[in-house]
This record gives sequence, C-alpha cells and structure tokens, in this order.
Amino acid sequence: MAFLDRTARNLLLGELVAGLGLTLRYFFRPKVTINYPYEKGPISPRFKGEHALRRYPNGEERCIACKLCEAICPAQAITIEAEPRDDGSRRTTRYDIDMTKCIYCGLCEEACPVDAIVEGPNFEFATETREELMYNKDKLLANGDRWEPELARRLELDAPYR
Amino acid sequence: MAKVTIDGIVVDVANGSTILQAAEQAGIEVPRFCYHERLSIAGNCRMCLVEVEKAPPKPIASCSYPVADGMIVHTDSPMVRNGRRGVMEFLLINHPLDCPICDQGGECDLQDQAMGFGADHSRYAENKRAVPDKNLGPLVKTSMNRCIHCTRCIRFITEVAGVPDLGATARGEHMEVGTYVEKALGSELSGNIIDLCPVGALTSKPYAFVARPWELAKVDSIDVLDAVGANIRIDARGTEVLRILPRINEDVNEEWLGDKSRFAIDGLKRRRLDRPWVRENGKLRAATWDEAFATIAAKLKPLSGDRIGAVAGDLVDAESVLALKDLLASLGSGNIDCRQDGAKLDASRRDFYCFNTSIVGIEEADAILIVGANPRKEAPVLNARIRKARLASGLPIGVIGSETDLTYAVTHLGTSPSLLTDLHGDQHDFAKVLADAKKPMIIVGQGALARPDGSAILAAAWRLAAHVGALSADWHGFNVLHTAAGRVGALDLGFVPGPQDKTADVMLGGGVDLLWLLGADGFDPARIAAGTFVVYQGHHGDAGAQRADVILPGAAYTEKSGTYVNTEGRVQRGFRAVYPPGDAREDWTILRAFSAVIGKTLPYDTIEALRARLEQVNPVFGRVGHLPRFGCSDHTGPTGDPAVLSDEPLVSAVANYYVTDPISRSSPTMAACVAAQTEPLMAAE
Repeated sequence: MAFLDRTARNLLLGELVAGLGLTLRYFFRPKVTINYPYEKGPISPRFKGEHALRRYPNGEERCIACKLCEAICPAQAITIEAEPRDDGSRRTTRYDIDMTKCIYCGLCEEACPVDAIVEGPNFEFATETREELMYNKDKLLANGDRWEPELARRLELDAPYR
Repeated sequence: MAKVTIDGIVVDVANGSTILQAAEQAGIEVPRFCYHERLSIAGNCRMCLVEVEKAPPKPIASCSYPVADGMIVHTDSPMVRNGRRGVMEFLLINHPLDCPICDQGGECDLQDQAMGFGADHSRYAENKRAVPDKNLGPLVKTSMNRCIHCTRCIRFITEVAGVPDLGATARGEHMEVGTYVEKALGSELSGNIIDLCPVGALTSKPYAFVARPWELAKVDSIDVLDAVGANIRIDARGTEVLRILPRINEDVNEEWLGDKSRFAIDGLKRRRLDRPWVRENGKLRAATWDEAFATIAAKLKPLSGDRIGAVAGDLVDAESVLALKDLLASLGSGNIDCRQDGAKLDASRRDFYCFNTSIVGIEEADAILIVGANPRKEAPVLNARIRKARLASGLPIGVIGSETDLTYAVTHLGTSPSLLTDLHGDQHDFAKVLADAKKPMIIVGQGALARPDGSAILAAAWRLAAHVGALSADWHGFNVLHTAAGRVGALDLGFVPGPQDKTADVMLGGGVDLLWLLGADGFDPARIAAGTFVVYQGHHGDAGAQRADVILPGAAYTEKSGTYVNTEGRVQRGFRAVYPPGDAREDWTILRAFSAVIGKTLPYDTIEALRARLEQVNPVFGRVGHLPRFGCSDHTGPTGDPAVLSDEPLVSAVANYYVTDPISRSSPTMAACVAAQTEPLMAAE
C-alpha cells in the first residue's frame, strides 16, 4: 500500500505543486528587497558611517585639538597637529583620518568632549583610488557641513541613552 | 630620631621632620599640591591630610606637622578619605573643567589626584571665579583661572631663583598670583615654575598646544648649552624635538634647568646644515659627501702636517673631538686647540681646569671668591646652588669683576685682577675672611682667562688658593667655571697644541693652510687669514660656516649619543632623541669616513670601539656619571707668572645669557627673551 501511495503522489507532482504554492504565496506578499541606489533601508541613529567634523551654529569649528580621539583610536588612524590660532585659542592645524585604517568602532566619537568628531549615517563613500580615503581636515569639515542636520538629529535621538 | 608608625609601618625619622616626610620614608604616598621638598613649607593646599592618634580629633596637614616619638598616623582612614574628598571639592569649585584644552592635561597633579582622591561629582552649580591672565614674558604662558593658589611658583622664584618678581595680591577667593607690575620674569630659571605648577596655570609658551605627553618619545640626555651638564630629558615626536625637561640629579642640577637649555630647542630646526657644500669660484654650492671629501683630500695632499690645524668648538662631544685629534695625528699635525676664545687654560693637570670643589661641594664651603665670572649668566643652575649655600650658612661671597646682581648678597671687591695679589696681605677685609675660612672656594671664570694676562690670573688665583688654605688633603677649593660644554672633555683628551705646535690664535691668523673647524663658531670669521682653506663641520649655518670652503653637516646634541664632561669634570652620556636632518651625520662618523678616503682609516668602526679608545686616552672616561671628591696635595701652580697682571677690569665671558651659541642664536624664543630683556614692560606680544 505504501508503495502505491508514494507512486501516486509522485505522479501527481505533489511536492512541485507545494513548492509553487509557496512561491505563489510570496508573490503576493510585500517585497523585502529594495531597489538599492534609489531606495535605502532604515539605519539606526547609532550607525557608524563616514566621519565628519562638526561646527557650532555660529560657524566656529568644534574641535579643540585635545587629541583624545587620536589617543583612543585602536587602529591609530587619526593624526592631529595643533598650535595656537591667531586669537590664542587651541585649534588643529592638521586633522587626518586614514579611512583605510579605520575600523569604525566609534571610540573617537565616544572620546570627544565637544561632539566634534562624529561618525555619520553616510556609508556611500567608496572611492576609485586609495589616496582619496586619506581624509584631511577640509574633507572632514566639508562632511560635517553637508551632514549637519542628520548628525544633529541622530545625536539628539541617542542622547537619552548616554 | 623619632619612631613613627604610619599605616602600621614603623619608621625612624629625624626629629623635626614632618609627617609627610616620614610617610615618604615609609613608602606611602600622601597627595599634595603645595608641598615641594626643595621649597619652604606653605601648608595652604590642605590636600595632605592625615589622621594622628591621640592628637586633636581632626584631620591634620601632614606637610607642616612635625613628628613626635611614638606617633601613630593613618593615611587611609575614613576620616582622611572624607577630608581629602572635601578639600578636592573645594579646589575644584573654581578650577575650570577645561582639561581638553589645557596643556597640562595628561601630566596634571590635579587631574591625577582628583581621580585618585576626589569625589565623582560636584555639588557646586554657581559661576566660577574668573581671573585675567598675566603676561610673564615670552617663556611662561599663564591661565590664571586654573590657579589653585599653591604658591609654589612664588616660593621658587623668591627662594631658589632669588628674584622676588612673583607675589600674591588680595586674599581668599580673590587672591591672584602675578608680577605686581606687568613685566617679564627676570630670572634665568623661570622655566622651572612650569614644572612646579601642579595644574595648568603656568605652561610653556613656545610649547603651547603642540603635543600631549603620551605622544612623546622620552630620551635621557645631557644639556650642552652651558658647562654645568644638567641632566635633561628630551621629548621628541617623529623628527622633532618638542621640549626639554630636567631630570633629577642631586649632584648636578637637583631638578632645575636654565631657560636657555630648556627653550632654545626651536633653534635646532632653523638654519641647519643638512647637506655638504663646497665653495666654487667664491660661491657655496650644494655637493655630495663624495665631492666634499674629494675636495678636502685634494687640498690636503700637498700639505705637510704643520700646515694643517683644527679648532674644536663649544658644543662638541668627546667622541668627535677624539676622532678629530686622531685624524690630525695621523696626518702628522699637532695643531689642535679647543680654546677658540683664547682662554689661557692650562691642560697639564686636570685640577688646573676643573671645578674641583664640585657642585655639591659648594654647600660645604664657608667662603667664596668669584673672579671674573658671572655665574648667574654663565651657569644659572650652579648659581642657584651658590645661593642655596649662601641662604643656608650665610657664607661670605666676594666678587672681583663687574658689579652685577647675582641674586644673593656679595662683597664687591673691585674689578682689577691685581686684587688677587692684594688679598694675600691683611690690608683687605676680605683677605681675613678668606684666611679664616676652613673651606674657602675660589671660582675663576672664563672672562678672567680669555684675555692676554689670562695665564697670569690663573696662576695668581691658584697661588691665592694655596695661600688661604683652599688646597688641602681633603678640600680642593680652586675652581674654573667653564661656559662651554665640550671644553673640559676636549682638555681631558689633550686637544691642545704641544709646545712646538700652533694655538688657535696662530692658526686663525694664517699659521695653517687648511683649518678644520669642528663646530667652532665662537670667534669673528674675519679673523681667519684670507688664504686659509677652511673646512667647517657642524650643525648650524653660523659664523664658521659662512667663511668655510667646505661644509660638512654634523649632528646637534639631540641627534647623537655623545659623552660630555661638565665643568666639574663629571663624565656624562646623552642619547640620541631624533635623527640628524637630511644628509647630516653624527660627527665622529664623518671623521671616520673621511679618514678612509685619505687612506688613514681611524681604528674604530663602532661607537663602542671609539669609547674604548676614549677610556684608553684618559681613564676618567670610564667613570660615567660618577665624580669622586678629592683634595689637593701638590701645590705647584699652573704655568704663568702671577706678577704680570694688567689693570684691565674683569668682565664676564657671557655678555647675554640668551644668545651664546649657534643653537640659541638661531632660536626665535631666545630672540624674544632678548627683546623682553631690553623692553621688560612689553606693550605687545
């Protein structure tokens, strides 16, 4: 009997129908993939993407060259040089991040006493050459200027947990 | 002696010492801000609280509380911890939380002790006190908001430096530290208040915001900008020397350092020779080492030994001096001299040119006669030691030479060298003082020796020393105070002409056809005769390099490991902190390489082999760091007729403390110091 039962099922293509049924079910369900460059998935406010140096609302750069990010960076990706600016305040003359060394751990952001260096939501900074990944201060400040609304928003969202 | 129990450890301490000193002896750390073992006790920070059994039931400031026999002290009881936490909270009431922009961050006593002994939060929400910053000149940067009123700087400047420039005005929360009238600090030791300040109120102006202490590579070395041989630590990052700090050496510099030695390092980055140059048709052109060596070798070939000469400068290490001496000897020349200023030093016996009493010995002396020297300008750290001795024992100090403020009271005897003869008799008051003294010292400066009657003055000073009993079996009171760090080492190696050979004066005046200057910049290059072919080996494009026909770039003292002998005759060794710039090389390797080019290869390939040779030439070089005390039993004086003294007034060899050598002459910081000296009010920075 068992033999007849199995043969009958095989001839009626029961597994194939069940499989196609599953396909058909997913066909009418909402899609999980997105059309990437045109659509993007949601990311957490704590997402650690491309770095940026922020400014105060009055345009003054936040970084005060305390070098804590340089000290804590486990990959030693940050290089800072500083000297007194003309008005006597402590500022960096050089702030470099080697993005090829960076491991995106976010410790620089944790260490920063003035929320100057942050890791923003941007993850689309692939380059054609290696040299372009050696970020300098101008590049980081430009990043900050471009992303400031998002950066401020995510800091605000994350603030209750800090 | 009192027996004190501290946290269960029993120690025997001298009567009259404080609990803090006893705790230190027991190896227990008591936090402190105002207490410093080399300054007087102020007792105003209240951080060093301890609990003493059977004493008033309150925390006691251990820095100012004398021990008693049988005392039982607790440094870690709940009452003590509570007390310290309270004191720390008070200190932080007005201390700004600007550690991220403070240069002291990372090496700050307040930071460390707040972590170790403070509470985890503050209850103070009111506004903090604001204090205007003071302008203390081009070396010390102030941020007076951070001051915690420990008064270490005031006590240092008043007690050790002897220049009562700093003081406190108003009291309590309104107290401010500053110069009463705005002016630059008038001390050569002012940089030390930066080290003493336990917070970031006083920081180094040239080093402002440059680096963090954790970034720096630290290398032990010896200072060469004066002849005291202060022990220093060179802090470097990459290829740059960023700052110099003193190291503690009780026998030499205690823990102080002169401003020039500390701040002239920015001169190491300027006007450096970083490649060989050869003069062609009257103009210098950049060359390779091979070209430079070939040019010298071609010039050297036809010359006989007595037409070749060498002069060593003031900053040279003993290794390169010996290599140069051996090179000249292999060429058959004895025309070597390390006395570029023409000082009439007698190299025949070591105690004719050393500071024989030793720097520690100053504290034992009971009378001092200073001849033609201004120790405040020539060796500020040594001058602080004289001041310390003067304050401790009130010993009489006489000065023959120009009348200047040495930071302690002196008897000015006059300016004429003939006083050295007058002091033999008893018509002079100070003659009696010297004669009565058990351990008198006579200090002869380079200003007294670098003049035509220098050897007469040297002989007269020695004769006076012998006459007043400064030379005995257990006391050597005859001292020569040098200004050049390389001079004693070169004299120890016999870098002086023999009786038939030419002195520096003769060599400069056309006595030789080829003159090798090893870092010799201490004379007017116009003195070199027109036809002389000059090889300059050194690190700065200074006086010597301008006149040179071939320039060989050498290494400065931070860029080579070298042996230096200080004015006492103490052999000390420094290590390399950074590499020389560009094509420059360590000096002894240049001489070794050149010797191979001319086929007279020097017999050492490594610095160890060269140091073995140093020791072979003079056994004192085997005694690194250690200096035995000695007396003098042989009273035979140096050559020179003590009778032919001229009446020319004695002056110091150092006209301006801040600019004495190629490094400090290239330093913008030292230039700013000179400007501040002439314009102490400094309207603008």
